[in-house]
Amino acid sequence: MKILVAVKRVVDYNVKVRPKSDGSDVDLANVKMSINPFCEIAVEEAVRLAEKGLATEVVAVSVGPKQAQEQLRTALALGADRAVLVETDESLEPLAIAKCLKAVCDAESPDIILMGKQAIDGDNNQTGQMLSALLDCSQATFASELTLDGGKAVVIREVDGGLQTLELSLPAIVTSDLRLNEPRYASLPNIMKAKRKSLDVKTPDDLGVSIAPRVTLLGVELPAERQAGIKVDDVAMLVDKLKNEAKVIS
Amino acid sequence: MSILVIAEHDNSSLKPATLNSVTAAQAIGGDIDILVVGSDCQGAAEQAANVAGISKVLVADNAAHAHQLAENVAPLIAEVGAAYSHVLATATTTAKNILPRAAALMDVQAISEISAVVSPDTFKRPIYAGNVIATVQSSDAIKVLTVRGTAFDAAAAEGGSATIEAVASAQDAGKSAFKAEEVAKSDRPELTAAKIVVSGGRGMGNGDNFSMIYSVADKLGAGVGASRAAVDAGFVPNDMQVGQTGKIVAPDLYVAVGISGAIQHLAGMKDSKVIVAINKDEEAPIFSVADYGLVADLFTALPELDGAL
Ligand SMILES: Cc1cc2nc3c(=O)[nH]c(=O)nc-3n(C[C@H](O)[C@H](O)[C@H](O)COP(=O)(O)OP(=O)(O)OC[C@H]3O[C@@H](n4cnc5c(N)ncnc54)[C@H](O)[C@@H]3O)c2cc1C
Ligand SMILES: Cc1cc2nc3c(=O)[nH]c(=O)nc-3n(C[C@H](O)[C@H](O)[C@H](O)COP(=O)(O)OP(=O)(O)OC[C@H]3O[C@@H](n4cnc5c(N)ncnc54)[C@H](O)[C@@H]3O)c2cc1C
Repeated sequence: MKILVAVKRVVDYNVKVRPKSDGSDVDLANVKMSINPFCEIAVEEAVRLAEKGLATEVVAVSVGPKQAQEQLRTALALGADRAVLVETDESLEPLAIAKCLKAVCDAESPDIILMGKQAIDGDNNQTGQMLSALLDCSQATFASELTLDGGKAVVIREVDGGLQTLELSLPAIVTSDLRLNEPRYASLPNIMKAKRKSLDVKTPDDLGVSIAPRVTLLGVELPAERQAGIKVDDVAMLVDKLKNEAKVIS
Repeated sequence: MSILVIAEHDNSSLKPATLNSVTAAQAIGGDIDILVVGSDCQGAAEQAANVAGISKVLVADNAAHAHQLAENVAPLIAEVGAAYSHVLATATTTAKNILPRAAALMDVQAISEISAVVSPDTFKRPIYAGNVIATVQSSDAIKVLTVRGTAFDAAAAEGGSATIEAVASAQDAGKSAFKAEEVAKSDRPELTAAKIVVSGGRGMGNGDNFSMIYSVADKLGAGVGASRAAVDAGFVPNDMQVGQTGKIVAPDLYVAVGISGAIQHLAGMKDSKVIVAINKDEEAPIFSVADYGLVADLFTALPELDGAL
C-alpha cells in the first residue's frame, strides 16, 4: 500500500501576522516558516502505518516555492521515504493545488492520500475535498482515528455534533484533525538521513496543470481591535457589572 | 442574481445555521432558493419553506442522502447549483465537508467563511486565525461560498411561503458508507447558537471539575465550551472545542475560565459582545480581550459565582 502525504509550508503558528503598510497583502518578510501543523499530523499518521507494516511507501508532496523543500525535508526526517515538490512562485488557490496534486496522484497511484484538514494561513479547509472530487474517490475529513480493515479505511471524524464513523473504499482521501495523533520530533540522525533521500522537483507546466488564479486579493486589514476592559476586585463586583453595566445577565 | 442556499438540517428539522446564510444571501441580493438534501426530509423542507423571503425550496429526498455523504451530495449540488449565480452554505462541519467538493466539480474556486459581503463578487474573510481580514474578489461565473455564522444575523424563520419542488437526485456513489455516530446529548443550548457561553481550559485540571462549569452554565442558561488543551487532555469531548480549528462563537457573554488566551482560542470567541476572564495569572493574554477580568483561583471563584447567581 502506497501513501501520499501533502504538506504545506506556512507561517509558524506562533507568529502574529500583520498587514503590509499599504494593506496590499500580509507582511511575511523575515517571519518563521514551518510545516502546517495539520500536515505534520498527516505525515505522522502515514509513518505510523508504514511502521506497522501496513504501508510500503510514503511519498511527501508539496506545491510551492523552492523553499518548501525545507518542509519536505522535515517530512522526510519524520519518516517519509521520498518527496516531490511541484515548484512555483505563484500564490496558489486550493483548486490549483488540488489540480497539481491530482497530476502527482495520477503518476503515483497512491491508495491513501493523507492531508491536513486546514492550512493555518489561508484557513480554507478545501484542498482535500477538492482533490477527492478531481480523483473521484472517497473522502473523510477531520479525522481523529484511521484504521485499515480488509482493503477499506475506517475513519472516525470530528463533526459539530460529536463523532461520525465512515468506511471508505480505496483510494481514499483522509484529512487530519488535531487529535489524530501527536507527531514525534525528528531525531538528529533522521534529519541527517533525510538529506540523502530523494526529492524530485517538477513544475505545474511539467504536469500540464493551469494554476491561473480565480480569486484576486484586493487588500488586507486588521480586524477591529478589542480594547482591554477592567479588572474586577471579586466575584460580587463581577456579578454586579454583568447585571447592571453590561446587562448581559439578569 | 439567483442564489441557492444549502440547508443545514437533520431531516426532521431545519437547523438555525441555515438562517445565517439566508441573511448573507439577502446581502448579495436576488432570488433566494433553498436546497434540502436528505432522506425523509419533508419536515426540514417545510420549515425551509416558512423562512421569510425564500422563493423556492428544492428537495432531493433519497435514502442515499440519509447521512449526507460528500461523495453523494456534492454532484447533486454541482448539478443544481449550475443554474445559479451563487451557492451558499453556513460553515458547519457538514458544509465544510461537502461544498469544496461540489466547487471542484464545478471548476470553481470556493471562498471559505466569508464574514461580509462587499458586492456580489467581493467578500471579506478572516485569515491567519482571524489576525487579518482579507478582501477577495472572485472571477468565477458561479460563486461558491461558505458563510461564517457569527458574522450574519439569523433571518426570520417564519413568514415565508415558498413553493416546494422535488429534484431528481443522484444514486449512491458507493464510495463510502456511514457506520456509526456518537452524538453528544445535552439539554444545554448548542454552542454556536447560545446567548451565553462558559468555557473551561487546562486550568480546570480534570474532567470532573467541569461540573463547576456546568453548574454555573445551567444557572445562566448557557452553552459550555472548552479550549483545545482541555479537549486534548480528555476533560471534555471534541465538539466543545472553541477556536480557529474548532467552533466559532460570538455570544452576548463569553466566560473563559482557566484559559490562557492563545491566538487560536481567541480566533473562536473574540467577536463575543462581552468577555469575562477568570484566571489566576494576571499576565494571561486572555485579559487583553476581556471586558471584565477577575484574577483569582477558579476553584474559589467558580463556587462563589455559582452561589451569587
Ligand atoms: C494574505 C493571503 C493572500 C493570498 N492571496 C492569494 C491570491 O491573491 N491568489 C491566490 O491564488 N492565492 C492567494 N493566497 C493563497 C490562498 O489563500 C491559500 O493559502 C491557498 O489557496 C491554499 O489554501 P489553504 O492552504 O488554506 O488550503 P487548505 O485547504 O486549508 O489546506 C488543507 C491541506 O491541503 C494540503 N495543501 C494545501 N496547500 C498545499 C500545498 N501548497 N502543497 C501541498 N499540500 C497542500 C495540505 O495537506 C493542507 O493541510 C493568499 C493567501 C494569503 C494568506
Ligand atoms: C494548529 C493549531 C490549532 C489550534 N486550534 C485551537 C483551537 O481551535 N482552540 C483552542 O482553544 N486552542 C487551539 N490551539 C491550541 C492553543 O495554541 C493553546 O495551546 C490552547 O488554547 C491552550 O489552552 P488553555 O488556555 O486551556 O491552556 P493553557 O495555555 O495551559 O492555559 C491554562 C490557563 O489556566 C490558568 N489556570 C491554571 N490553574 C488555574 C486556577 N486554579 N485558577 C485560575 N486559572 C488557572 C493558567 O494561568 C493559564 O492561563 C491550536 C494550536 C495549534 C498549533
